[in-house]
Amino acid sequence: MKIFLNEKPIEIEGRLTLFQVRDRFKPDADILVRNGFPATENATLEEADHITLIRRGEKPRLEELTALMIARHTPGIYAKLKASCVGIAGVGGLGSSIAVALGRIGVGKLILVDYDVVEPSNLNRQQFFIDQIGEAKVEAMRLNLEHINPFVEVVSHQVFVTPENIPDLFGQVDVLVEAFDGADQKAMLIEEFLSRFPEIPLVAASGMAGYAPSNTITTRHITRKLYLVGDGKTGARPGEGLMAPRVGIAAHHQANAVVRLLLGEQPE
Amino acid sequence: MQIFLNGQSKDIAAALTLEGLLNTLKLETAHVAVELNQEIITKSAFSATSLKAGDKVEVVHFVGGG
Repeated sequence: MKIFLNEKPIEIEGRLTLFQVRDRFKPDADILVRNGFPATENATLEEADHITLIRRGEKPRLEELTALMIARHTPGIYAKLKASCVGIAGVGGLGSSIAVALGRIGVGKLILVDYDVVEPSNLNRQQFFIDQIGEAKVEAMRLNLEHINPFVEVVSHQVFVTPENIPDLFGQVDVLVEAFDGADQKAMLIEEFLSRFPEIPLVAASGMAGYAPSNTITTRHITRKLYLVGDGKTGARPGEGLMAPRVGIAAHHQANAVVRLLLGEQPE
Repeated sequence: MQIFLNGQSKDIAAALTLEGLLNTLKLETAHVAVELNQEIITKSAFSATSLKAGDKVEVVHFVGGG
């Protein structure tokens, strides 16, 4: 019968157990992942099972890496994510965390757009490092993603997003993420993108400042292809700052909405 | 007259423009995206767009932060 070993299809005779496959192909493996979940007990394998054998701490060769990285994915979704392109408008508190989350799970292509450079006040919530202060955010994030998952194609544009350049920047994406800081930029992007590309889903965010309860952040379907994350009211202002935990919650709401859209599910 | 604002019925003055509606809602024009009967209306058209009874208006209001 056919099984997938480290994502490669192989034929095995009869009905082997998980431990027999380990003993035959990688006897020193101490992490055995079957269909996205680490197995602790032996079991007889079924047709089309996905098995990944990992030796803890061993640095894999590059050609093996993809299979090992996605071992904890739900089987079958990787190909869809790999074939997808997501635009991220703004690589700050929201966009940097969204880029990292989507990069980790192997979304094939990310288009990052941000005009700004990394500055010290970003580091309380954004996925950059002290030694990246002064670098363009899009380039810094490209480098960080290379360290996380070298199989993601990252296209970066260090430009200010305007009504005029939106079609060139984002006209080809499967899903667009609005991850700006300023309310006027958010509104501009939504207005322009929805009127020019009414068939492409757009995941925006509004209201994630401060440290109000986590469960006040929601994902809502607003109209047609527009989805909105946040509490809808807590803006950043004097006395109400932006902090990693709550901005991160909103960012991951957005990232999960993107995943659901790419997999053909409703985000809400 | 009656319109539907974000799915809720609302009484407004006859022939109110979108700009007028946003004023009565105390919303900053630059911070909203507006859909009228499933069509996006750009900000430059707010003052010239008069509402009719039964119109369906979606106003997405953004606050800053990200």
